[in-house]
Amino acid sequence: MPARITLPTLSVISVALMAAAVTMIFFVAPEDADQGISQKIFYFHVPIALTAYVLFGLGAWKALRVLWTRGERYDLESYTAIHQGTIFGALTLITGAIWAKASWGVWWTWSSNQLVLFLVLFLFYCAYFMLRFSVEAGPRRERISAVYALFGVALIPVSFLAIRLASDFIHPTVFTREGPQMTGTMFGAFCVAWAAIVVLALVMYSVELAGKRTDAHLRELREALGR
Amino acid sequence: MSGYVGDVVALARKDLLLELRARDTLPAMLLFVVSTLVVFHFALPQGAGDDAAYGLLWVALVFTALFGLARAWVPEREHAALDGLVLATGDRSAIWLAKTVAALAFLGAAEVVALPAFAVLFAPLDAAAVLGVVLASVGICVVGTLASAMAAAGRGREVILPLLVLPLSIPLVVGGVGASVSSEPRTYVAFLCLYDAVFAILSWASFEYVVTE
Amino acid sequence: MIRAEEVEKRYGQRRALRPVSFALDRGGFLVVTGANGAGKTTLLRLLAGLAAPTRGALAVDASRDRLGYLGHEALVYGELSAVENLELFGRLYRVPERRERIGMLLERLGLWEARRERVSAYSRGMRQRLALCRVLLHDPELLVLDEPFTALDEEGADRLDEELRRLVGASTVVLATHDQDRVAGLSTGHLALVAS
Repeated sequence: MPARITLPTLSVISVALMAAAVTMIFFVAPEDADQGISQKIFYFHVPIALTAYVLFGLGAWKALRVLWTRGERYDLESYTAIHQGTIFGALTLITGAIWAKASWGVWWTWSSNQLVLFLVLFLFYCAYFMLRFSVEAGPRRERISAVYALFGVALIPVSFLAIRLASDFIHPTVFTREGPQMTGTMFGAFCVAWAAIVVLALVMYSVELAGKRTDAHLRELREALGR
Repeated sequence: MSGYVGDVVALARKDLLLELRARDTLPAMLLFVVSTLVVFHFALPQGAGDDAAYGLLWVALVFTALFGLARAWVPEREHAALDGLVLATGDRSAIWLAKTVAALAFLGAAEVVALPAFAVLFAPLDAAAVLGVVLASVGICVVGTLASAMAAAGRGREVILPLLVLPLSIPLVVGGVGASVSSEPRTYVAFLCLYDAVFAILSWASFEYVVTE
Repeated sequence: MIRAEEVEKRYGQRRALRPVSFALDRGGFLVVTGANGAGKTTLLRLLAGLAAPTRGALAVDASRDRLGYLGHEALVYGELSAVENLELFGRLYRVPERRERIGMLLERLGLWEARRERVSAYSRGMRQRLALCRVLLHDPELLVLDEPFTALDEEGADRLDEELRRLVGASTVVLATHDQDRVAGLSTGHLALVAS
């Protein structure tokens, strides 16, 4: 975490950005000509999805550090990043389902490659937690989790490619998300929304990490006092 | 033969010898894949067409591979032989490579029975489809052997392994089904090669971390 | 040969080995004692390179292919025979004149008659003797032996005694045991671990 900005400051920035994003989305950006109000969820769905990728990538980067330096610290960071990534992945699926319902009248569509990819990734990273909790805490668990996290970042592009290929023979694309080009204010709202979500993710990541660290310190302290 | 290749050969031969003696993996895989195909006959509705059958073939192959991979590290568990290998092997990736070769040999043997059986019972297979099966088998053994070693380190390994391997095998199924049903199988074959290369390098480089501290 | 400074091992929150410091010269014979749970096995696994310390510095001046580790388990394949096991490990260790060396060790440890039987049919004592063959196979300069006398019958223990005497001075030995009298004449050092 950036050492200069404290967590409370970051939280305030996050709230401010979120408020700005909501204002811009609902009051500044024009309503979409085809989809109307339901298009607004685009400003949440896409930034959340992009942020999930960032978090998975962060988890893999920290995993690489685990393998390089065998640091317990990086293991906790990698785990927290993947945990948050999975939460944002679930949010992507939920907002995607809402959007699909609003625009096409169905909760799920296999023709949205992005959504299918997130389903695959969600399953993959859920298995990460199953694996992690089945191994006794210690360096072996740190290393196995790290290797699995690295497989995750390799799986993202490979699955993306696979899903693109699959759509050729499974279902010719019927719906597309390529709506009309974004206007200037729409794009502005999108950028602010993305910044808001990224900062929110950063806050959630820091809070969870701080909590986990406090937990570990507390246990160490208790053990030291118990002697 | 000496060095790295010699180690791989010696280790893989050991796995084949163990299987020849105990016969507790391959016969089960053979029976499993044939039973699955028979079940699929009843699962497919009348007039479902060949394409649906190709899809089911892939389900059968993935589950058969999982069946075999679940047993991949069983001989090493008794008397902690894996520790012995970790101590004795200069480059630990040789252990992974040998195990992958052995797993591939078992899966290949099961497919030698399964593919003709499929062709007789359901639909014909062309060269592209067979090539797809070969490449996808390499891919699933590559990631499956590593995943199996990961799962073996924890409790509840039998439960964990499919959870690890199934999401990783989705691209393989896409490539394999594409190679069987598409009129342009070349793209899918190339994609399977790409998958095999990416995950083989990744598994080869990371195996050491999975079995050491 | 070995230098350990405040070496500690934890698994998550569980402490498996309290900080321990010691040094051992080449050719030394260190006996490690301690109650169950004091971390004897943990320390020996650290020395063998099967685990890494959580804290502290541990330097072992022996490459892995010159290190012999005897654990609680035999570290061999149950469905292979003694000869097949030793052939495999001998090839991985790149032992020169493998066949002769394997034959000699099997002879010396009294397994020659049973060499073609599967290890799963062995008694625990025989398995332990085979494990010892595996440890000595590549003529290691550092031996790490975890409770080598357990499971050995009187004959096996005598043979192990003989082997240990052969090693004294030539190789460095770290041996964990709860029965210090067995190795009284051999040891040059003693390390007592305390349970955490």
